[in-house]
Amino acid sequence: MDQLSTRLFKDLAFRIYLVITTMILLVPLGLILYYIVRNGIAVISWDFLTSLPKPPGTSGAGIANAIVGSGLLIGTAALLSIPFGITLGLFLTEFSNSRLASVVRICVEILQGIPSIVIGIMAYLWIVVPMGGFSALSGGIALALMMLPMIIRSTEETLKLIPHSLKEASLGLGVPYYRTMIKIIVPAGFNGILTGILLGVARVAGETAPLLFTAFGNPFMTLNVTQPINSLPLIIYNFATSPYADWQQIAWGASLILILFVLGLSLLTRTLIKR
Amino acid sequence: MTALLVGILVTIFYQSWPSIHAYGLQFYVGGKWDPVFKEYSALPFIAGTLITTLLSLVMATPIALSLAIFSGFYVKSGFLSSAIRTLVDLLAGIPSVIYGFWGLFVLVPMIRKLELFLGVVPYGVGVFTSSLILAIMIIPYAASIGRDVISMVPNDLKEAGLALGATPFEVVHRVVLPYAKSGLLSGILLSFGRAIGETMAVTMVIGNANFIPKSIFDPANTMSSVIANEFAEATDPLYISNLIHLGLILFVTTTLIGFIGRAIIRRWSIH
Repeated sequence: MDQLSTRLFKDLAFRIYLVITTMILLVPLGLILYYIVRNGIAVISWDFLTSLPKPPGTSGAGIANAIVGSGLLIGTAALLSIPFGITLGLFLTEFSNSRLASVVRICVEILQGIPSIVIGIMAYLWIVVPMGGFSALSGGIALALMMLPMIIRSTEETLKLIPHSLKEASLGLGVPYYRTMIKIIVPAGFNGILTGILLGVARVAGETAPLLFTAFGNPFMTLNVTQPINSLPLIIYNFATSPYADWQQIAWGASLILILFVLGLSLLTRTLIKR
Repeated sequence: MTALLVGILVTIFYQSWPSIHAYGLQFYVGGKWDPVFKEYSALPFIAGTLITTLLSLVMATPIALSLAIFSGFYVKSGFLSSAIRTLVDLLAGIPSVIYGFWGLFVLVPMIRKLELFLGVVPYGVGVFTSSLILAIMIIPYAASIGRDVISMVPNDLKEAGLALGATPFEVVHRVVLPYAKSGLLSGILLSFGRAIGETMAVTMVIGNANFIPKSIFDPANTMSSVIANEFAEATDPLYISNLIHLGLILFVTTTLIGFIGRAIIRRWSIH
């Protein structure tokens, strides 16, 4: 054994090393937020939020269609994945020991691990090819596939914690099984399920890869789900990789809006969890 | 759900069949991807993916590990612990495309200066830049697995170590890390699987060159970035099928890695 003083010194050095490496992590986070806020604030105005993208060289361009498009895509994804996800989560808690449930659990795990670009390929093959063109619907379905595992898991994990006595009391009062599920079990786990949904939304709101060849992007405003549609991540990708300085400016602005939305949503979710 | 997954598997396999049929193993050994001359080989992208992700793991692991030790052993609760948690959550919450955008406009010029200093061709974009971005992106994921694993080490062991007069460092070094070894390894494996599939940030800073990179500063392409770049423009059915074949490789590798990683963690946490 070394001397006590060298051992204590090693311990102190290790602590300092840990603090320093943690600090290192602050550097990229600080740099990213700094650049996005600095460059984003310069372009954001009411006009920026309410006008359409314009060709490079003209002023007064905005991202209204991307904001609406993102909303529409997320809405479609939520509409498709929430009912399906809650039902499956309920199934997994109610029949948690059946063989089918363990198969489903494995499938959920695999689905969660599929790279987002592969999800994009799937939506392309399933929706875009038969429909004959890029569409908001295919983008929404791609995002729904990404949200689904998160909703299933959070539903299962929440409902598992609900005391059995609640269910037994309801059944004992003669309430039919399906009404017990819909009126007692699901509402009791509402907060947890909502958390899962919000986390899912926060995750897919920033997804670009599954939208590249499904929603595809569109310079105009559209509410038609069978047409290609723009979204915040798509406009960031397309404009950031363009050679025009004013388009890049728009991308900074769009990044700030997107990051405010995503981080705001996850902060909201955290306070919800604490409660 | 099961039908959905089987559907995904069948579709992706069926759609990549023309490519598998036409090229077979040639797809994995040829050295060229040139759609104009209808020469397709996945090797440049497999190489690009492996080099990029392994390099990013090398950069990310030490930081993620010390973050995991710090928040899983030293400060398990209190202000500092929740501050670290928020920091990690924030990093994890930033969308991939924003990492790529930031990388393209902030990191690439810095790397270009570094490359000029080192005397290599100053592309700016390339394997090294992508690995750096990828490392920043997987640290939160790796650190949160590591923290869970380390905080699962039984308290008896740690307290026994401390009671014998070991310093906290010695407890970490001699007790916690050896005990958590396999859990931590599978955490690295899971991060590897995560990094392989990462698309947007890498696509934006890797430089899109369909060659096997010769140095870590060369531009290259990963499997996911080539799909992102070329899929919407591919018209020839065989070309599309080849890209889907790449997707199949991605799907199979990430799924396998995920399975193995989770199986190790599960077995480890039962002990």
